[in-house]
Amino acid sequence: MKKLYTFVLTLAVLFALSAFGASAYENEDFYKNTGLEGTEINVFNWGEYISDSYEDGCIDVNREFEKLTGIKVNYVTYESNEDMYPKIKNGGASYDIVIPSDYMIERMISENMLLEIDTSALPNYKYIADEYKNMYYDPDNSFSVPYNVGMVGLIYNTKMVEEAPTSWTALWDERYSGKILMIDNPRDAFAIPQKILGYSLNSTDEKELSDVAQMLIEQKPLLQGYVMDEIYNKMESGEAAMVPYYVGDFVLMKDINPDLDFVYPKEGVNIFVDAICIPKCTQNYDAAMLYINFLLDPEVALSNAFYIGYATPNTGVLEHEDYADMRENEYLYPSEENMPDTEYFRNLPQETLDRFSELWNEIRIHGTDNTHIYIGFALVGAAALFFIIRKSIIKKRREYWYNSL
Amino acid sequence: MKKTSLGKKLTASPYIVWSMLFIIVPLIFVAYYSVTDASGNFTLEYISDIGRYKDVMLNSIWLGFIATVISLILAYPLAYIMARSKANVQRTMMMLVMLPMWMNLLIRTYSMMILMQDTGVINSVLSFLNLPNVHMINTQGAVVFGMVYNYIPYMILPLYNIMAKMDHSLIEAAEDLGANKLTVLKNIIFPLSLPGVASGFTMVFVPSVSTFYISKKLGGNTFSLIGDVIEMQFKSANNYNLGAALSMVLMVLIIICMMVMNRFTGDDDDGGVLI
Repeated sequence: MKKLYTFVLTLAVLFALSAFGASAYENEDFYKNTGLEGTEINVFNWGEYISDSYEDGCIDVNREFEKLTGIKVNYVTYESNEDMYPKIKNGGASYDIVIPSDYMIERMISENMLLEIDTSALPNYKYIADEYKNMYYDPDNSFSVPYNVGMVGLIYNTKMVEEAPTSWTALWDERYSGKILMIDNPRDAFAIPQKILGYSLNSTDEKELSDVAQMLIEQKPLLQGYVMDEIYNKMESGEAAMVPYYVGDFVLMKDINPDLDFVYPKEGVNIFVDAICIPKCTQNYDAAMLYINFLLDPEVALSNAFYIGYATPNTGVLEHEDYADMRENEYLYPSEENMPDTEYFRNLPQETLDRFSELWNEIRIHGTDNTHIYIGFALVGAAALFFIIRKSIIKKRREYWYNSL
Repeated sequence: MKKTSLGKKLTASPYIVWSMLFIIVPLIFVAYYSVTDASGNFTLEYISDIGRYKDVMLNSIWLGFIATVISLILAYPLAYIMARSKANVQRTMMMLVMLPMWMNLLIRTYSMMILMQDTGVINSVLSFLNLPNVHMINTQGAVVFGMVYNYIPYMILPLYNIMAKMDHSLIEAAEDLGANKLTVLKNIIFPLSLPGVASGFTMVFVPSVSTFYISKKLGGNTFSLIGDVIEMQFKSANNYNLGAALSMVLMVLIIICMMVMNRFTGDDDDGGVLI
């Protein structure tokens, strides 16, 4: 019996090996004999934004890259563009690959933080759909290669809402007090009141910005929290009823909790492209180019598209037969008539960015009533004073007593 | 006698170099950043801006203080019992105190969040037993609980140390002279353990006041502690100067709190706690 088991296991392993071991990638020679074997590459990416396990027919992209090229991948993640930016800007760390969103790429280009990418040297660049070339943030395609496309919408739990929301104002609905989550980065959080009030996402008007901040302050008592990657845990377990988040993540969460649903609110939404860039601090440019090409490989991109659930700009994936079901997904690829109003983020002038973080700060420190703390401190202070005075009186008395002896 | 020998100097030097590099120099950096603006010019703008953060600061100090007092109340009897028990029991109890510290603070706090959620482990068990659910997460109480849970070993250890070394003959003498148990505790044990109380107080109070992860996970991030605000300046707002200014002010406030604390313990010659 045991022998049979071993035999079956061996067969399975052999089968798996042959499935993955066979040359699955295009142009494998491109990755061989580059003289980069044994070097390292530091990849800085969003959390949950690459396929990293062999489950369900996916591949561990970094492991496969290592196997193919002999280059070691050090993989580090961040939670938002705003978290990533200072780490690149202030130096100290050397990253070879970074995957920011459109407006952040525009900013990084304008601040001279990115290196040019010669797309003609990337055989797999041909798979990038034309509609994602020459984007506003990088008109000549010289600094970035599109990785994923997405929109922000409202994820909600059908069991916890009374009627399906169609508007962003559901996030201000008092019936769901304590069950609402808010996205924890200023650009995405501000975008929601901006849409409700009919402002542009790229407004620099002081009055419009303070209106928006005011709305967020009003929303605060209804919130369960400001979160980013914990959204998975909170929405999947039914801890929270609704949250504005990226559509790709919804597709994954729905697999785990089928009660979840998604809507593009009628006021309009933010659309974004995340693209692969090489920052100035790179120390292994050639390996970074190999890595970019590898991410564009249809097999790799397919695995990523399944694993992270975002819409892809890769035609190799879009036309792949295994992807046909996902291609039909109305959330990821809305048909013409269901397409919401969309607006891209643009890089904003430095004063506006400063104003953003100032207002965000104000929203975050805006607290509830603090009187009980003042009373508490007063009591503690009084008690402390009482003991100090008592102690000194006792001491004096004692001294007096000793002296009188 | 007074002259330190070369050997002493040499053995002390690694730590002196260490503390220069990793304590003094960073402090100078913090001070420098707190009085300059983004382009490096001298400014007091950030320090004078502190008034806006008054509520957050007070709230942090208050929650830190409560957490410290609760730790003290929980830890004091435990430390006393530990110090009075047999050697092998002491070792086991010490193990149990230290055990949670072998795990990372972040993981411990994250698992607390999963335990305390409305749909978390505790509430699931309560529902299973048909008992009413308790809302715990995202409250100030949850944050204080997190602080106590994470930092209580720092209270137990100094208390235990001082109680284990306490001269038992003093207690016996007091009992011989007719003092009852309460009097012994009040007039002998407690005054003798004050240095331990003071260092335990410092070691729990300081990290509690400046914590950021605990409030983020257990407080739901809707009310910020000063640690969260400082973290945000460095992590995403990219405003090192404001972050440094807030840290400076927080440091001064903590020093003031510790000085007040030392009034209770430090003025008799047996005190000798830090700062």
